Amino acid sequence: MSNTTFLGYRRENGRVGIRNHVVILPLDDISNAAALGVANNIAGTLAIPHSYGRLQFGADLDLHFRTLIGTGKNPNVAAVIVIGIEGSWTKKVVDGIAQTGKKVAGFSISRNGDLSTIAAASKKAQEFVKHATEMNKVECDISELWVATKCGESDTTSGIGANPTVGNFLDKVIPLGATACFGETTEITGGEDIVMARAANDKARDKFKAMFDDYACLIDKFKTSDLSDSQPTKGNIAGGLTTIEEKALGNIQKIGKKIKFIDALAEAEEPSSGPGLYFMNTSSAAAECNTLQAAAGFALHIFPTGQGNVIGHPIMPVIKVTANPTTSGTMGEHIDLDVSDILKRKMTLDEAGDKLLEEVLRTCNGKNTCAETLRHQEFSLTKLYKSA
Amino acid sequence: MKEPQFIMHDANDSCAVCVVENVKANAKVDCWVQEDDSSLEFQMSTDIKIGHKVAAKDIAIGDDIIKYGVVIGKCIQSIKVGEHLHVHNTKTKRW
Repeated sequence: MSNTTFLGYRRENGRVGIRNHVVILPLDDISNAAALGVANNIAGTLAIPHSYGRLQFGADLDLHFRTLIGTGKNPNVAAVIVIGIEGSWTKKVVDGIAQTGKKVAGFSISRNGDLSTIAAASKKAQEFVKHATEMNKVECDISELWVATKCGESDTTSGIGANPTVGNFLDKVIPLGATACFGETTEITGGEDIVMARAANDKARDKFKAMFDDYACLIDKFKTSDLSDSQPTKGNIAGGLTTIEEKALGNIQKIGKKIKFIDALAEAEEPSSGPGLYFMNTSSAAAECNTLQAAAGFALHIFPTGQGNVIGHPIMPVIKVTANPTTSGTMGEHIDLDVSDILKRKMTLDEAGDKLLEEVLRTCNGKNTCAETLRHQEFSLTKLYKSA
Repeated sequence: MKEPQFIMHDANDSCAVCVVENVKANAKVDCWVQEDDSSLEFQMSTDIKIGHKVAAKDIAIGDDIIKYGVVIGKCIQSIKVGEHLHVHNTKTKRW
């Protein structure tokens, strides 16, 4: 481990980003068309359409706002245009993002219509792109990097190679001061005692246990079988995984052997206990989990896969790692790092962890991930219950 | 260092994972045990795909299936060493 610095964007609030997006963020589903219209007009902007934002209430509405505001606050975002049907909720998102000090402006469609809104928002978006493209990268340390992880389309090679590679990487960068996050609450089923033993303090352990038990109750309430049709997934089973316990034990290889988690976060909750490893209560569905992690402020994602999940995210680069030689052979355009030599005993986990660190720094410096080049921009809001 | 056809996480595991393509029935295969860096050999009784598991010992109905040194399910149909261990003979103990 020689070099642990990279060139990043230092934002007004001190956080470090590795991309420099000008985001056009719809507040609600019916504002997607206007947001896409602005992004179509102004080069260098990125619309993030989604499916919700109307008639939500209580904790579900809070999570909606937290996710949208958090996405705008993410340090990979230089400036944000928010577009919503109504002014007051639009303003709430604008005010939340403005806390970072970055440029943000809101536009509401009501009494204006899409066309006038698009015209006004496009003028502001053009100004924001000019502002963002003049920002310079500065040298940053790995201790300023917030990196999230989640695995997908897992198989038995995930537990042998790709996930322990992530674990080895985190065992190396957390002591250097990096901030990291793992989630996938139900996918810890069978390994929950092992995770609980990795809590750094009673509070973190108790919060994790409460989240885990609560999710288990939800599964019990709605399940119509032992979930063997969906968890493990058909892809997991085709790849050789047999039970949820086996999948979970492979999954938790991602948190390494030494580090402990210092807090358990709610969905999209920003870490507030300083550098270190955090658990976040999330679905195990890739796009939902990644969207929550990006909204909590994580700038980079490491996604180990067995059978080859193709996921990306609009603003958070997703690095794919596989140890399955068949996957890297047949789906190479999705794989950023192939560690299948672990299976052949030609590469140690320590070597694989170093290779991942190197790939992380290159990606931070600007190298595009496979998912970025393939325009994978999955953004899926987590919904806690029905809208009113 | 010899390239293994199978990998076992823990010396006490009841199953091993195939890590190469095209392993055929009757083949004698090498298995690397990660935990103590030891090696095992066993005879395959079936063709097996990369990523799939075989029993590393004879397993009876009701027995726990062990991987990573931890229980990952229960046996619902007896499995002999070298036979495919998967959803047809192993079930979750959860949910």
